[in-house]
Parts: sequence; C-alpha cells; structure tokens
Amino acid sequence: MASKSEVPEELRSLLSEALGDLSPEIQMTAGSVSVKVSPENLREAAERMRKAGFDHVKAVTAIDLPEANEIEVVYHISSYTDPRLSRWIVALRTSVPRDDPKLPSLYDVWPSVKYQEMEQWEMLGVEFEGHPGLRRLLLPDTYEGPPPLRKEYKVKVEGINA
Amino acid sequence: MSREEHILELLIGPQHPASGHMRLVAEVDGDVVVSLRPDIGYVHRTVEKLAETKKYIQVVPLVERPPLADTANHNLGYVLAVERLLGIEAPPRAQWLRTLLAEMNRIHSHLYGLGIHGIMLGSSTAFMWAFGDREIMIEMAQRLTGARLTYSYMIPGGVRRDLPPGFAGEMEKALRYLERRLPDYDKIFFSNPVTRARLEGVGVLTKEDAIRLGIVGPNLRASGVPYDVRKVEPYCAYPELDFQVVTREEGDSMARLLVRVGEIKESINMIRQILKKLPEGPILEERYLKMIPPKWKDWMAEKGRIKIPAALASLKPPKGEAVARVEAARGEVVFYIVSDGSPKPYRLRMVTPSFRNVVLFEHLIRNCRVADIPAIYGSIDYFPPEADR
Repeated sequence: MASKSEVPEELRSLLSEALGDLSPEIQMTAGSVSVKVSPENLREAAERMRKAGFDHVKAVTAIDLPEANEIEVVYHISSYTDPRLSRWIVALRTSVPRDDPKLPSLYDVWPSVKYQEMEQWEMLGVEFEGHPGLRRLLLPDTYEGPPPLRKEYKVKVEGINA
Repeated sequence: MSREEHILELLIGPQHPASGHMRLVAEVDGDVVVSLRPDIGYVHRTVEKLAETKKYIQVVPLVERPPLADTANHNLGYVLAVERLLGIEAPPRAQWLRTLLAEMNRIHSHLYGLGIHGIMLGSSTAFMWAFGDREIMIEMAQRLTGARLTYSYMIPGGVRRDLPPGFAGEMEKALRYLERRLPDYDKIFFSNPVTRARLEGVGVLTKEDAIRLGIVGPNLRASGVPYDVRKVEPYCAYPELDFQVVTREEGDSMARLLVRVGEIKESINMIRQILKKLPEGPILEERYLKMIPPKWKDWMAEKGRIKIPAALASLKPPKGEAVARVEAARGEVVFYIVSDGSPKPYRLRMVTPSFRNVVLFEHLIRNCRVADIPAIYGSIDYFPPEADR
C-alpha cells in the first residue's frame, strides 16, 4: 500500500526512538506516515506517541477486510502545539479479528477520540474497551442489522443505477 | 428536597432548535444547566457508505452536501485526496481558482454562522443583514460555477470552469461593499452591549482543553492555538498568498465570533491577491486534457468550461490509500480514502469540523444559564448536517 517516497528522516528517527521495541511497521503513504503495531501494543504505542508530542487524533477509521477476516483500525494523529510535528499526519494502525473485534479504547490517552470511537463501534462493530460510553450516535435507535459499514451490508439501489 | 426532585431533564429539539435537526438533552436546576448531552444523527445521510457504491467523480456531489454553507472546501479536501491517490496535481491556474472559491465560501459560511448566531441571541437584524450579505458571495459563486451552493466545481485534475469575463471587476465591487458593511455590523452587533453581555466570559474554552479535545477551526484559534492547515500544510495557492492566522486568547463565545470576523477580512484580502496574480494556463491536468477531441477543445475555449473525458468520469486509482486535510470554514476537514484498484472507493472516511466540535456541547454548556445555551451553541458555528454526514 505504500508509495515509493521515503519516510522523512526526522520523523523516522523520532518514531523508531519512541516505538522501536514495539516492532512497528513504518512506511510512507500519500499524505501520511503509516505505523502499524499489534493490538496488544496499541495502547502503549499511543501513550508514547502522545509523550512524543502528538496531542490529538484527527480521525478514527475502521476498515472492514472480509477477505483477510480482519478489521483494521486507523488513528490519524498529529500535533497542534509542536510545529515540527504539525506538518505530518501519522496513521497509527492495528488489525483485529473480524469476528471478535476488540481493542482498548484510546480515550484515556487522547480524549479527542470519544465520538469517533463511538461512531466506529456503531458503524463497524469494533468494541473499544474502557470507552466512557459507547452508544447509538448517528443511527436510529430502531436500527436492526449488521453494522452498516461492514461489507455484508448492501445498499439497496433504486432508479437508473438499479 | 433531594437532587432528583429539583433536577429536571429538558429536551431541546430535535425539530430544528437552531441550525439544523439535533437534540440537546439538558439537566437543569432552576435555570442553571447542570449537564448537557448532544444527541445527534437526525440528519445522517450515510455519506461514507454511499461513497462505496459510487464512482470517484460521483462522490464529489455527495461529500459537499452535508456542509451546505461551505461546500467548496469539502469538495476540495476530497479532490486533493483523490489526486494524491492518482499521483497527479492540478495545473497552477486551477489551483488558484480553487483557492478563490474556497475563500469566497469561507466568507459566505462565516456570514451564515454569524446570522444564525445573531438570531439565537435575539438579534434579528444581525440575522437578516448577514443572510442578505451572504447572497453576494452566493451570486459571485454562481457566476463562477453555475450553482448557488453545491458547486461541484473542483474535479480531480482541475476545475470545471474558467473565470468568466468581467468577474474580477464585479468581485472588487462586492468586496468593497462587504468592507463598508463590516463597521455597520460592528456598531449594531459585535460592539452592542447586549451582544457583549451575552458572549463575553461565556462558554470559555481553555487552550489546554481545546487541544486535548481535538477542537478545530475558529473555535480552536479563539483559544489561542494558531493551527491552520493553510499554514501548517499549505495547499493550492496558499503558499503564495500573504495572510495572517487570526487568533485570540480569551476562548469565550465573543472570541470565537471575532475570530470569524477577522477571517472574513483576511479572506477579502486573499481574494484580491488571487484575482491580481491569477496565473494563465489550462484548468485541467494535461493527461486528461489530451483525451479531449479537437471539436470539444474549440467548445471549451469558447465557453471557458471543461468537457469531462471518459477516463476522468470513471477513474480507477491504483491500490493504496491517501489522506488529505484542508482548512474548511468551520475548521479542518480530513478525507481518508482506501482504494482497492476498482472504480469505486473501498472505504471513504470524511471527518468534518462540526463532528470534531460536537464534544464542545457537553464540555462548554454546563454550570451556565439556560439562556447561555443558544449563546454558546451559536458561537461554535456547529452545523448538524455537517456533523452527521
């Protein structure tokens, strides 16, 4: 998934210094630097990233990958206060099994994840353990069916595209 | 009396309490708000799921619908992410025209927010003035793009239309009018003792909390954080424009209002610079321009418009992913696209500024009066359809 360009050296050394022993996979993608860790190491990695100056989360995204039987969860993080880091977006990511998608919530580390973890729980069924309250957010209370951003949920198409 | 006996649950909405459908669940003790929980989702339109069923270019109208007063900036964020996936860049003239519409939209969106804030405070004058004056930017946008609000002006690789004849002159008149109007607003609204009493020191967001909660846009900058994507990761024509990031230190509702007013002035200056320095050249990326048959090229030159070639209408970006952020009027918008190499996005993530700011309702509206609810709500410039997507 990586493009050919290199991870900026300054950021690479910062990341390997902070996360070196957690064996992260670091690569450049378009617009962000991707850092993959195991689910067990996610919380630790997040805490160290926050200490390194990444003070907020921009986006929490879960991606359904039925062929790999996985759900990938991506936290796009950056900094408001450290201009050296603000230029970059780091995509801190991990994968969980699709039939038992559980992860520790990063709410304690970055409170800015609150509503986005809630949304990803609702839309893809990822359990964020320790989140202060996962509740229905965007869907109606009466909604029944699989989490709608899972691939098995098919959008009914009407009209000229049907 | 026990706590339960004098704490009352007050439901505000969901029938359009202010700027769109949402519900606020407030716990009140007399007229003191003890806590407040935003109940959102009433205008959720499944943008992310629908995007998975549409071709890349069909997603453009989809992503610009939610933030109705600020469509250009969301259009731009999406298009930049797609261009990163494709590894292309729009030609300079297109980049400048995009910036032009983005700044016109910022003025429009800020006036819209200001008007809503006015009516929430009971100032119907501010509401009517702002809604009247935003028409100017809507009219100018219509001359440029052909539409009042939902422009779909930016497409991967460029823009759909060139600058129409006489646009710069008309725009200069519009800008002068707005500059004359701002002191009127100041007299009747910003410096009005009623407005100041309702907003100063009300709903204070500290710098630390703004950062911790991941707040974006004027709300963040009004708490003293000079974060603006146009400076942090400059895109389009912003590296070549001279402008200031407007910040304030107070963090209260008044500061949030005044940051937006300051940004209107900056946008006016930027539009002047853009129209003065607009580079010549094509408005669509070369590889797509080449695909257009000669007879259409004549038509394009005559009309100043793009004929979208088939390859652009059914883009197939390579497998991979891309992130793009832009500074929309209400704050940073983030687009994250995952492509599996097919003609439709495998996953589209769109995080809008209002969704990032929704947490402010529970954070700011507590230990205040019921009358402060609309004063703070309006100062956040929160737009339910933008948050719900």
